[in-house]
Amino acid sequence: MKDTVKYLDNSIFLSGEINIKSVPDISEAIDAIFKKEKPITVDISDVTYLDSAGVAFLESLLDKIKTYSKAAFLQGVPEALKPILKTFSSQDIPLKESIPKVGLFEYIGSKVVDTAEAFHQLLIMAADVFYWAFVGLFNRKGQRKGSFAQQGVNLGVDALPVVGLLSLIIGFILSLQSAAQLRNFGANVFIADLLSISLVREMGPMMTAIIVAGRSGSSIASEIASMQVSEEIDALRMMAINPIRYVVIPKFHAISVVMPMLVAFSILIGMIGGLIIAVGYLGLSVQTFVSRSIDILIMKDIIVSFTKSIFFAWIIVIIGSYYGFSVKGGAEGVGKATTNSVVASIFAVIFFDAVFSLLYL
Amino acid sequence: MKSINNNPIIKVDNLVAKYGPKIILQDITVDIYPNEVTVILGGSGCGKTTLLKNILRLIEPYSGSIKFWNEEVTTMDEYQFNEKVLNRIGMLFQAGALLNSISVKENISVPLEQHTKLPEDIMERIIRTKLHLVNLDHALELLPSELSGGMKKRAALARALVLDPDILFCDEPSAGLDPLTSLALDELILNLKHQLNMTIIVVTHELASINRIADKIIFLDNGRMLFAGTLEAAKASGIKAIDTFFNAENH
Repeated sequence: MKDTVKYLDNSIFLSGEINIKSVPDISEAIDAIFKKEKPITVDISDVTYLDSAGVAFLESLLDKIKTYSKAAFLQGVPEALKPILKTFSSQDIPLKESIPKVGLFEYIGSKVVDTAEAFHQLLIMAADVFYWAFVGLFNRKGQRKGSFAQQGVNLGVDALPVVGLLSLIIGFILSLQSAAQLRNFGANVFIADLLSISLVREMGPMMTAIIVAGRSGSSIASEIASMQVSEEIDALRMMAINPIRYVVIPKFHAISVVMPMLVAFSILIGMIGGLIIAVGYLGLSVQTFVSRSIDILIMKDIIVSFTKSIFFAWIIVIIGSYYGFSVKGGAEGVGKATTNSVVASIFAVIFFDAVFSLLYL
Repeated sequence: MKSINNNPIIKVDNLVAKYGPKIILQDITVDIYPNEVTVILGGSGCGKTTLLKNILRLIEPYSGSIKFWNEEVTTMDEYQFNEKVLNRIGMLFQAGALLNSISVKENISVPLEQHTKLPEDIMERIIRTKLHLVNLDHALELLPSELSGGMKKRAALARALVLDPDILFCDEPSAGLDPLTSLALDELILNLKHQLNMTIIVVTHELASINRIADKIIFLDNGRMLFAGTLEAAKASGIKAIDTFFNAENH
């Protein structure tokens, strides 16, 4: 690099190629000069080639000189390099306005305001959905023919395998863990009571809701978000069709019907999982298990389970739709909306499950 | 060209549009007359599509007045706006915006099913006619994903025309199309104007297309309206930005 960079009488003489590859070394050599000297002039008469990195380097060098000298000179610019200097010069580019730093309290405050605004919008959306869902019971206008049945299959029938499999495993695990403890106390028979109560009141509705939030909530959010991004929602508006009525309400009606069925299915399969352990590990008879499971339940348990399942279904549809409609950006926005919707739905399901548990202990 | 009818069909006064604190459109005042093709033009990012979306209330205007058939629409509720305005207009979106999960036929039938009580055979006949109008007879049962970009736009145009609208809005109809398809689409727009007396508002920056179809132009630059009038008057206006825009063709 010594051959490329020379220093004499307050001038730096550069030669050869100043490009994206050579700039780091030249820069290092120049820094060494700056430690001892204070150059004023940069001479590039022996430079044979410049690229955008080279021009940026030269301009930065001149700016550095200007920090201690009133003037900085670039001399001996070869004719061949003048167009390159002009094209890549950053002198005419306005400096980027510095974005004022946001303080901690300002940041927290703006987040709180944004969250409150989002919650407000979510409530407006929920009110709209409930209104049109009620109107839609009596007047199918604004919905596509067959969309209710189609959504019923999508949200309900197609979810049966995954709900069934996971419920079987959960019933299995739940009873296996409990069985070991109950056996120590000789209370084998209570496995049926324990499973029945926990599956009907808690695990059935909550686990089904979490599975549905992951499976169908995400599909609702991504479908609506994609429609929003590709202007399909705007197109519906331009056809004087309310997008909530057309897109969301069939899903809302369908999930309100299929969710209690899915929960009932989940409880049944979970109980079968438990039955395998009760019979195989604890030596209970099938008849005892079934009769105790049914006898222990009271009407309130069934009602709570049913209410929860419908309530969770509504939460999933409303949150999925909210994130779908409020998508910003393109494909990346769709992904974010989907993720946010699943996280928010699962959080809301667990939160409201806790509220239900407190209210109907 | 002089307007056939002196009463504007759409009247926009002092329209201001904002995205957050950023002003996108400033004091736009525009009159759109019946049976004319009005082209909203300007460079990329000048606010053309925003103006269109504000007129149609897909984005709510920040301030100003918008009148359709002499009725203020910015104060209308959704029901009134649907009944008085949207049921009388058609809109062709930039990428077509067909509903992806249903076929072309079902897409075109959406407005018919939602806003009419026509028997199915009549609907079918209307759908076939509109598809024929846009030269897309063979695409009846195809899904939007099976169509090319140009076909999607034509199918979307058929959907926009299905209720015989009085006004047709087109957002960049020629964007991304080859010159021949673009020419065919322009000819279709001119046919609609001549044969059906339709009022057409087109957002575009395609010079060839503007020269073919425009009766009037509205020229936007950085969110401000620089000119509104006939194409010939625009070219003779001597406004630098407009001259630069039209001269780009010769470079």
